[in-house]
Amino acid sequence: MPEHSSKQYELDLEAIRSKVLLMGGMVEKQFHDAMACFRTLNIVEAERIIATDLEVNQMEVALDDACSHLIVKRQPAANDLRTVMATIKAITDLERIGDEATKIARAARSLHQRGIVPIAHEETVRVMADSAAVLLHDALDAFARLDKKQATKLIIQDELIDHEFRSVMRNVITFMMEDPRTISASLDTLWVAKAIERIGDHTKNIAEYVIYVVEGKDIRHTDYAQQHSAG
Amino acid sequence: MQMTTSLLQETPTAITSPVTIKVTDLNFFYGSFQGLKNINLDIHEKKVTAFIGPSGCGKSTLLRTMNRMYDLYPGQRAEGKIVYGGRNILEEGVDVNVLRAKVGMVFQKPTPFPMSIYDNIAFGVRLYEKLSKGEMDERVEWALKKAAIWNEVKDKLNKNGLSLSGGQQQRLCIARGVAVKPDVLLLDEPTSALDPISTVKIEELITELKEDYTIVIVTHNMQQAARCSDYTAYMYLGELVEFGETDNIFINPTRKETQDYITGRFG
Repeated sequence: MPEHSSKQYELDLEAIRSKVLLMGGMVEKQFHDAMACFRTLNIVEAERIIATDLEVNQMEVALDDACSHLIVKRQPAANDLRTVMATIKAITDLERIGDEATKIARAARSLHQRGIVPIAHEETVRVMADSAAVLLHDALDAFARLDKKQATKLIIQDELIDHEFRSVMRNVITFMMEDPRTISASLDTLWVAKAIERIGDHTKNIAEYVIYVVEGKDIRHTDYAQQHSAG
Repeated sequence: MQMTTSLLQETPTAITSPVTIKVTDLNFFYGSFQGLKNINLDIHEKKVTAFIGPSGCGKSTLLRTMNRMYDLYPGQRAEGKIVYGGRNILEEGVDVNVLRAKVGMVFQKPTPFPMSIYDNIAFGVRLYEKLSKGEMDERVEWALKKAAIWNEVKDKLNKNGLSLSGGQQQRLCIARGVAVKPDVLLLDEPTSALDPISTVKIEELITELKEDYTIVIVTHNMQQAARCSDYTAYMYLGELVEFGETDNIFINPTRKETQDYITGRFG
């Protein structure tokens, strides 16, 4: 794509794009660390992850501000407009992913405080956590490269995480029915599963914005991905 | 249970509103230089159509073919068809005075006649119609009201038109165009010499006028095209690159050239 006649405009847009990816990286690490912490139940690590959420939140505010400034100064149109619109939405999703990662860290803290954990808590959610991590990584990658093919694939993959969540839920219900002493740990595990499932949903949103930027089509609440994934 | 609507069922929105001016295979020459190349375009009734593009792309030239303003200059000629009112207006034997009354024009710089505000309006009307004093008074008031300038000038109709501010002069020129009851108004960068407030007034006026008239506007201000037009044509080097609904052109243009121009990635 040729550059803008205005160098500053190009730089402003580039600054926004790279900050979004930086924020994506922060959130990805937050999720990864939260899952590691859920496995080890390291309380110090849990507190650290909860604290990093502040940085992510500040990043969201800064990016929102940068987008407002760009709109008022440049009145972006066409693909630039779509990039700014998608960015404003994507950072909300990224911030929420950060919130979900914080919830996972809180669950780890709560399990740690309770002492003995009578179930294989981390193992129960491991498969879906791994899928969600890959999904998040690939979505950020698709956002960076504006790869609509990859984005379409990810939208379909989110369904697997939703499916996995239902299976975790059945699993956890079985624990609780078998032994009521597992109830509180099971519930904490279930919150974590729910948080991972939400991360999958936010990731799917980001993938949908990629399609919007590239094709100019708002595919939310449509069967676009199903229609386009076959090809 | 999921509510889905298939994007695949969507067909590109066909523009169905009636056509006032139909341009077919139009070529235009300034002597040996070809200013317009094979233009095909419909101007829709009671809609605002904007022409955008870099300087020298032919947008003003195209506008000027629609009431044969180019006839005033030797060595300029148009080939092809511009059908208005069931007739190719480029043909010999078209009464250009009648044409220009039906297809009025407002220029970049306000061009009031050096006479009273009243006579600025009445002058054109007298060329085409015989009205009594009472009827003429009514017509002048009507036209000035249409152009949203009546309240500002009603107490000084005998003052010289040149005594008005730039924005008022431009609205006076629009009133002059409206007074002869045209079908189409051609606006050639009507706000480029005006301050922001006068510009807003003219833009509001354009929105009101399209209730009754078909409007074609040439503008260098892309935000203006986005704000007040229904359709936008992007032109480059004498060719029509893309024509479509304004919202589509500014949010999701089809052609890469259009996108590069409206996002400022140009030359």
